[in-house]
Amino acid sequence: MTAFFQSLGLPHEWAWTVATVAAIVIVSLLVMFSVAMVIYVDRKVLGAIMLRRGPNVVGPFGLLQSFADGLKVFLQETIIPSAANKGIFLLAPIITFTVALAAWAVIPFWDGGVIADINVGLLYILAISSMGVYGVVMSGWASNSKYPFFSAMRASAQMISYEVSIGFVLVCVVLFAGTFNLSGIVNAQQGFGLGLINAYAIHPLLFPMWVVFFISALAETARAPFDLTEAESELVAGYQTEYSSMSFALFWLGEYANILLMCSLNTLLFWGGWLPPLDIPVLYAVPGIIWFLLKTFVFFFMFSWIWATVPRYRYDQLMRLGWKVFLPMSLLFVAATSGYLMAIGHFA
Amino acid sequence: MTTVSHLVKSFTLWDFLKAHALTLKYFFKPKATINYPFEKSPLSPRFRGEHALRRYPNGEERCIACKLCEAVCPAQAITIESEPRADGSRRTTRYDIDMTKCIFCGFCQEACPVDAIVEGPNFEYATETREELLYDKAKLLANGDKWERAIAANLEADAPYR
Repeated sequence: MTAFFQSLGLPHEWAWTVATVAAIVIVSLLVMFSVAMVIYVDRKVLGAIMLRRGPNVVGPFGLLQSFADGLKVFLQETIIPSAANKGIFLLAPIITFTVALAAWAVIPFWDGGVIADINVGLLYILAISSMGVYGVVMSGWASNSKYPFFSAMRASAQMISYEVSIGFVLVCVVLFAGTFNLSGIVNAQQGFGLGLINAYAIHPLLFPMWVVFFISALAETARAPFDLTEAESELVAGYQTEYSSMSFALFWLGEYANILLMCSLNTLLFWGGWLPPLDIPVLYAVPGIIWFLLKTFVFFFMFSWIWATVPRYRYDQLMRLGWKVFLPMSLLFVAATSGYLMAIGHFA
Repeated sequence: MTTVSHLVKSFTLWDFLKAHALTLKYFFKPKATINYPFEKSPLSPRFRGEHALRRYPNGEERCIACKLCEAVCPAQAITIESEPRADGSRRTTRYDIDMTKCIFCGFCQEACPVDAIVEGPNFEYATETREELLYDKAKLLANGDKWERAIAANLEADAPYR
């Protein structure tokens, strides 16, 4: 895109700036649009499994339901509790939303289709996704209400616990790929499985790690069965209890943008990103972004499917799973993976 | 041995996989939801909905102002006043049902000797004000005219069981 703006007569620096800003706007809008569609899918899948129909009135098949909800929420009043810390109360949803969007900067949608092709992309994602908890903690504290406060404490402990094992899982992937660059990781997966399958997850050492990553992603985005932060049966709506109108919608958007981010990370790190599932030349005729979106959608479907299937974990069970199962397991696999790679001379 | 099988089961997420297979089966099942108000579920002929005062085919109102319904009404929702008409027959001058009091027990239609007051199949008569739910004779007779076909069919369908 830089070249296009340069051809319009802009100097290189300006062309680059304009191109980057344009890319950011396009990606943000597309992410928000996908969030709207994905909320619809979520409700439809949940409904179907419960033998309901889900939203089917607004627009064809109810496709416009999310936009109608967005409009409704936009027209409502933002209620700020009198005891709340106003500044932080309003800042929290903005942080959640901004951070959820910022992480998309390093996600490659197709080969080269990335805003910032930085070499520490994975570390950037880790850093940004850890920032996400600040929005929750700040909202919980600033609401000055007991349910949001409980929720914020749970959220901070939960996210820290599962980020540790996510970190170790990513180490395994990085050991195989030899790079932190997400595009590099995807390219390293080409023909990884017997020269035919474009996915890391089929490796016996990486498949369990993918499972750990997937479950940790559920915990990281506070989806069922780890939705303790907004456990509606105990905490009303958790940290969102005191929020209304657009401040609530920002949480909502941020949450689903994070879920989509985790789905796309599943795709990029373990299932070959924009590459077709099999390394057959014919399949490369389909544009990479189609494969990427398709895979991401499959993972999102799995997220909804799990939501509809499993009950919520108790808090101590959540902690036990994180610290006593996933952490030792991923540590063990880091050792096993590095040992295996040393043995086959991967680093030579 | 049981601990080993338990360990294998929990590490292969066996129970979770089984649960997800089950929910996936439900995902493709036909939906139980009815698209109300475009589709409606069937109603029994005995369904006790909105009240109606019926007429004979010649247009004469059935009600003879015996006040049995008023007497039997456990919620005391019915108020009747009557006078002899010019031709000597006894008729109601006032027949009010307070639909906010009514408990839809159906005693009024059971008590009625001439099948004049009946509870029809209509249940979609929500109003915006409370006053609209205080039905008078004109409203009840209008209901009767509107729902006569359905009410007559229901009475006929239910007759063998009475």
